[in-house]
Amino acid sequence: MHSDKILALKGLSKTFGTIAANCDVDLDLHRGEILALLGENGAGKTTLMNMLFGHYMPDAGQIEVADANQRFLPLTLGHPQAAIAAGIGMVHQHFTLAENLDAVDNIMLGAERLTLLPRKRAAAEKKIRAIMAESGLTAPLDVAVGKLTVGERQRVEILKALYRDVKILVLDEPTAVLTPQEADTLFENIRAMAQNGLSVIFISHKLREVLAFSHRITVLRHGKNAGEIKTDQADEQQIARLMVGAETPSHTRETQANGPAILRFKGVSVKGRARRDSLQNVDLTVFSGEILGIAGVSGNGQTALAGVISGMLSVESGEVLIEDQPLLDITPAAMISRGVGRIPEDRHRDGIVGSMSVAENMVIEQLDDPTIQQNGLLRRDAIRDYAETLSLEYDVRGPGAQASARLLSGGNIQKLILARVFDRSPKLILANQPTRGLDMGAASEVARRLLEARGRGAGIVLISEDLDEILKLSDRILVVHDGAFSTAKTRDRAQLGLMMAGQAA
Amino acid sequence: MIRIEARDSASSFMKLGIPVLSACVALLLAAIPLMFAGAPVGASYVQMFMGVFGSKFAFSEMLTRATPLIFTGLAAALAFRAKLWNIGAEGQLYLGALAAAAIGTGVLDISGLLLIPVIILCGCAAGAFGMAVPAALKIRFGADEVVTTLLLNFIILIFLQYMLEGPLKDPMGLGWPQTAPILDQGMLPPLMERMRIHYGFVIALICAAVAQFMLLRSVWGFKLRAVGENRNAAGHAGIPVNRSLLTAAAISGALAGLAGVSEVAGLKGYLTADLSPGFGYTGIVVAMLAGLSPGGVVVSALFIASVFVGADSMSRAMGVSSYLADLVVATALLCVLVGGFVARYKIVRVRRQLERR
Repeated sequence: MHSDKILALKGLSKTFGTIAANCDVDLDLHRGEILALLGENGAGKTTLMNMLFGHYMPDAGQIEVADANQRFLPLTLGHPQAAIAAGIGMVHQHFTLAENLDAVDNIMLGAERLTLLPRKRAAAEKKIRAIMAESGLTAPLDVAVGKLTVGERQRVEILKALYRDVKILVLDEPTAVLTPQEADTLFENIRAMAQNGLSVIFISHKLREVLAFSHRITVLRHGKNAGEIKTDQADEQQIARLMVGAETPSHTRETQANGPAILRFKGVSVKGRARRDSLQNVDLTVFSGEILGIAGVSGNGQTALAGVISGMLSVESGEVLIEDQPLLDITPAAMISRGVGRIPEDRHRDGIVGSMSVAENMVIEQLDDPTIQQNGLLRRDAIRDYAETLSLEYDVRGPGAQASARLLSGGNIQKLILARVFDRSPKLILANQPTRGLDMGAASEVARRLLEARGRGAGIVLISEDLDEILKLSDRILVVHDGAFSTAKTRDRAQLGLMMAGQAA
Repeated sequence: MIRIEARDSASSFMKLGIPVLSACVALLLAAIPLMFAGAPVGASYVQMFMGVFGSKFAFSEMLTRATPLIFTGLAAALAFRAKLWNIGAEGQLYLGALAAAAIGTGVLDISGLLLIPVIILCGCAAGAFGMAVPAALKIRFGADEVVTTLLLNFIILIFLQYMLEGPLKDPMGLGWPQTAPILDQGMLPPLMERMRIHYGFVIALICAAVAQFMLLRSVWGFKLRAVGENRNAAGHAGIPVNRSLLTAAAISGALAGLAGVSEVAGLKGYLTADLSPGFGYTGIVVAMLAGLSPGGVVVSALFIASVFVGADSMSRAMGVSSYLADLVVATALLCVLVGGFVARYKIVRVRRQLERR
């Protein structure tokens, strides 16, 4: 069925500064095919797709798209309009929707001339309904997009592409924000659309969905084409090997008896701006020597939980106890002094001060320590030595301890934060999305450190949207939905998925 | 087609050379209005140069002019480092000057050894108060400090006029709105005989050195930089953000207040409503030119004072408007801002790939 080639990327290369994001990448796509573009973070998947869609100008290479008569024409590079005209549509990882407009307006925006919008609306709505019926993707059309759920917004994004009669649809990490059920539904719809002749490229690093839903898999590694496999001939180990270039290290973990309670929430409530940023009468306990996994779709109260544990949010009512001592004043400084290590979700915003040096960022949580300061003056030599030792121990690679932290890559910024947190042997560790955006090497380092701290007797709260990570690392799993936590009695993905969607399992 | 890319790192040549080059470009650009004014450009620049470096007196005048600019430049630089936009140095300067005049004109008749420190401390306190209030309003209610500090300038100026017409009016002043003179022992002594340059300049240099040292070497400076660069991360790391902001505000205001003290008790001897020809606002330019570095503030204050004093002297000799000085300062700022952009980014030419066929 995939006989007709529809798209050919030939020798695409792109460098940013000294980093080659893509190097001589070839890629073909056939009519009605679902191609998974797989690779670690920073392997160049998004860059490649951004060149296809005209966001980036390739340094070398060209793109050819087949027209209706199966003639291949070169695409004008660096122009999204040209890509759209050639029938290419892209759904970005971060949605590009106007939240105050409804779905119809969002879909028409850019596709129709602005002055015609009011008159053509009825016709457009009819066309959208036809597309929805055909594709199975449904979304409320007359509600402001800001009020839709994440899954609905994504469907609007896809409908926006389909409305422009795309032949080739590019999806950048489409399931990053979806529950497993939503993700499965999405892929079923995509399969149906592919049967009708749509060609799809989707970027992912979740092996499970890649194996379940694609026809063919292309793996990128370090910006180069690392290999291509027909999905029905592939298995997880083989793909993982292509992605990282070697067998992935798997973590061995021994079960161990839980120690005493490190952290206890007693009827804790936090009032956020929205109900999803709040906690409602939460009781939970974290024991010494365990990893407590918090599963859930983002925006269900994880932010509030992390806010309280990291000391950024005060509680409305209830009590927070660390080692059975109630906390009277919840501040970051109080948490740090009680031995809580915090790995923030947004490391650029909350984790580091980008313009200050790596060394300064390593000591920022312990400015009162006499090894760091004397009479209010910084001990610069001591700080530098400490930072250099820590950089070696935690393998923080970059231009050096005195260089701005901003110059580090994402993985090395995370290692900097790990160094800062783990070096103080915390009793309780909050790890909020600790591997988001990291490549396999860095992610595996995070997992190793967490397990090591667990072995030493620390209590760990692991918040993650990646269910596989939760399943792999946690001793106990809580599922959060709408500000409330429930204990997962099962490790079954489907059951957990239902709980994440708010249906009791 | 051109594209703008961030530079990986700026060389030390660029860090030092670009501001100097920008200043030169500014002088070159200023030649255009000079020509329009009908002045011979070469002779004008010679006159400008001589007006600053031509004699010991000229040079001391430049230093005198630079003194309040160092203070207000430091005030702006420290506040801006904390991302606290203090536009109110002008008002805080007058608060400092008012405090100096209130204390120094006879309320306390004690020896200079005591009176001078008291005057300085009161001036600092008044200036600090003038900035701490907007900072507290920002922390407590989220009031935008750009608006509050700017508007406070006018309120303080009107309050000053009231004080000059009322409680602090000099009974011997023949009706002029001015205060009585500062007691002789309360005046900052001159640095050189028969020159106007006074110990305020030395205090300004000490303040700059201390500020530079504290900002880079002290825990307080560390916290202030962290809060200024990334308030979220600083808070997350347990740094008391609000306290850092308040101390930065108070110190910024105190420095601006010192500018007022130094002008009243170092130069003029009494307080009038035209004490400052916009030193508070020029301080912002000084700080920006210096890249918000306290050490750099001294250099840029000297540069701007040279331009002002030189252009004054030139306009007198050549018969062109002294507004040219303002113009040179303004072009200098624009040039330095562009220069800073060039230091951080490079402009790359990319050939547009043409569609074949």
